[in-house]
Amino acid sequence: MARAAKTPTSRSRATAKSKGKRALPSRPAKPDLDKGALLKLYRDMSLIRRFEEKAGQLYGQGQIAGFCHLYIGQEAVVVGMQANLTPDDTVVTTYRDHGHMLACGMDPKGVMAELTGRRGGYSHGKGGSMHMFSKEKNFYGGHGIVGACVPVGTGLAFAHRYRGKNNVSLTYYGDGAANQGQVFESFNMAALWKLPCVFIIENNQYGMGTSVSRASASPDFFKRGEPFGIPGHKVDGMDILAVRKAGAEAVAHCRAGKGPFILQMETYRYRGHSMSDPARYRTREEVQKVREERDPIDHLSDLLFTHNLAKPDDLKKIDAEVKKIVTDAADFAVNDAEPAPEELYTDVLVEA
Amino acid sequence: MPINVLMPALSPTMTEGKIARWLKKEGDAVRSGDVLAEIETDKATMEVEAVDEGTVGKILVPEGTEGVAVNETIAMLLEDGEDPSAIADAKPKEKAQPKAKEAPAEASEEKAETGTGVSEPSKAKAPPKESRPAAPKIAPPTDVDPRFYTETTSITVREALRDAMAEEMRRDPDVFLMGEEVAEYQGAYKVSQGLLDEFGSRRVVDTPITESGFTGLAIGAAFSGLKPIVEFMTFNFAMQAMDHLINSAAKTLYMSGGQIHCHMVFRGPNGAAARVAAQHSQCYASWYSHIPGLKVVSPFGADDAKGLLKAAIRDPNPVIFLEHEILYGRTGDVPVDPDFVVPLGKARVLREGSDVTIVGFSRPLVYALEAAERLAEEGISVEVIDLRTLRPLDSETIVRSVAKTGRIVTVEEGWPYAGIGSEIAARIMEEAFDYLDAPLQRVCAADVPLPYAANLERLALPDTEDVIEAVRAVTYRA
Repeated sequence: MARAAKTPTSRSRATAKSKGKRALPSRPAKPDLDKGALLKLYRDMSLIRRFEEKAGQLYGQGQIAGFCHLYIGQEAVVVGMQANLTPDDTVVTTYRDHGHMLACGMDPKGVMAELTGRRGGYSHGKGGSMHMFSKEKNFYGGHGIVGACVPVGTGLAFAHRYRGKNNVSLTYYGDGAANQGQVFESFNMAALWKLPCVFIIENNQYGMGTSVSRASASPDFFKRGEPFGIPGHKVDGMDILAVRKAGAEAVAHCRAGKGPFILQMETYRYRGHSMSDPARYRTREEVQKVREERDPIDHLSDLLFTHNLAKPDDLKKIDAEVKKIVTDAADFAVNDAEPAPEELYTDVLVEA
Repeated sequence: MPINVLMPALSPTMTEGKIARWLKKEGDAVRSGDVLAEIETDKATMEVEAVDEGTVGKILVPEGTEGVAVNETIAMLLEDGEDPSAIADAKPKEKAQPKAKEAPAEASEEKAETGTGVSEPSKAKAPPKESRPAAPKIAPPTDVDPRFYTETTSITVREALRDAMAEEMRRDPDVFLMGEEVAEYQGAYKVSQGLLDEFGSRRVVDTPITESGFTGLAIGAAFSGLKPIVEFMTFNFAMQAMDHLINSAAKTLYMSGGQIHCHMVFRGPNGAAARVAAQHSQCYASWYSHIPGLKVVSPFGADDAKGLLKAAIRDPNPVIFLEHEILYGRTGDVPVDPDFVVPLGKARVLREGSDVTIVGFSRPLVYALEAAERLAEEGISVEVIDLRTLRPLDSETIVRSVAKTGRIVTVEEGWPYAGIGSEIAARIMEEAFDYLDAPLQRVCAADVPLPYAANLERLALPDTEDVIEAVRAVTYRA
């Protein structure tokens, strides 16, 4: 059967979109607007956005298969948080992980090639979208089971403390996972042993197709550490500077040996839960409204323009750079060879 | 009527203990709830409380007496106003004599003289010590340098496991132990006794009773390069952590293209203890053995318990280490050299024979060895193989034996359906079909949740008679 022709829609780029299209939300001017750092944030968010759009396209073309969960809309969360890390800090997340890997500095070619199941992928094609890791970048997955990454991230924090290092573990998970028992088990141990773990709940409003209000007795996930004495904040996850600031506080808290911290990031995913999600549980208008009013990339570019920190040409230059990275990654990912058949039986056990 | 104070059973598997100290002396008045004495077992020291009021009339078992059987009268209380002459005839026990065990079979932590590695099974049904047949000859391991056996010490399986952990923790600062009650309580089954004192709370970590959470946490620590030993109080509770054991520990090396490995051991008692019923009595050997990415080990004798655990702790993969509560108290001669390690993946021929091969692991080998002994008297020569490692399975040793005997019986404490015996049956079909003179027979637990009642429990679990019956079947002597 012929695949429905899906021409990649020419989605307008941020630079074109932001020319006076919407008023800057009335936020107080930030005193610490470092141009270079802000442009880096813009670049990193744009890279994730364009990468995910490309992944969506490749999925439509049959180059990527299986479960593929896109991060579009949530970019400010991971990019803002990662801005506070040092290379020896560790990161772990769920299966909606492409953005986290790019934000950790993993090579877009290796990530995309894993999505297409090729030998140049981070897991040699054996992991796929949900299972990628980089020991080099201290990215520990990429976990396909809802909630399971939370104790694992707590364990990374345990290892930091065991070694007497001043590093932190960033443990990302969603509003769906937030209700899992093992999350509370992890809170308990993290608080009991004062582990340097930042629990980051990316509340994108839907656990698959179930809205937060239908799944969680309370939407105040940041308060769920209270019984354990774990402080928490609720943060506008679409505002990258708010995310970065909250992240700085949480990370400093951990580095000071005060134990874990919870951040509830209010965010939104524009795409379905996975590529095969018909999205009957919300209206097109709801999605459109968020895109127009709260888009994290538009928000940052508006800020840059308002404060005369960048001109449209500056961002266009970044856009071009990002576009090339993504195009190169996709080219590599569709042209790279499949894993050799011998790979089937490798990496099951480490040779003792 | 004087009241007899009996030696109490303080755990499901306790059959005897030591009167460590009397806290009351003859003539003292006692009230219900007063502590009368302290009792030591190999697991713990516990207090015995009075349940009746009265005066201590006579202490029958003096302080320091070892091997006092459960239900033996240790003291007598006089009720209010009762005349001491009522107990004038009662004679105190002599302290010196060591007590021969008279425990019911299903509750015995079989202890006996040491053999090479594995001690002789002493069962309630066995005749008194002096007339018992000689201890079965356990062949020394062929995969370990015999020099290690020139200096050995006689210790229990429990101590062997502890020594293995202690030696490896001394050797490698990245190795640490975590689990419920492993530190201050000294281990629910006293396997971790003394480790907290030596290594401190950084490396011997008491956890909350949250298997899913602390297993996932330990795996995260392993991802970053530490080498945790996770003790499950029993493997029954590890079901709460099953997702992490399989999805996080076993699969990550593969899913990461070889980048992230999980150098760790999950250990604890597996299988049926005694009278603890269905939820606390399951054998998980076949569950874990099903999973690529795991190694699965189950030791029998004290020497293997130590050598295999050391190998498991050094192995860079996630190793499931299935111990057995009933075996913890058995003694064996264990090499003292800290370099003594038993390689994983190799079975051990415990007893050579030529007519039938019995393959098993863990506690049921007690029955296999006893059956071999008794069958020898009938002229049937039985070879007994201890699998030691269940994954990877040492097919070679099994096939070599079957090529010699032509007959095979498997024995395990797990259920028959898709059990370890089923796997061996499949391998025999694939690799040794032409050698067979009879169909393989499996001895397993009955295909039911384990019942509590003593008689039903006995019926449900495999025993020596079951093994003998299976051997007779494959030798057509039924």
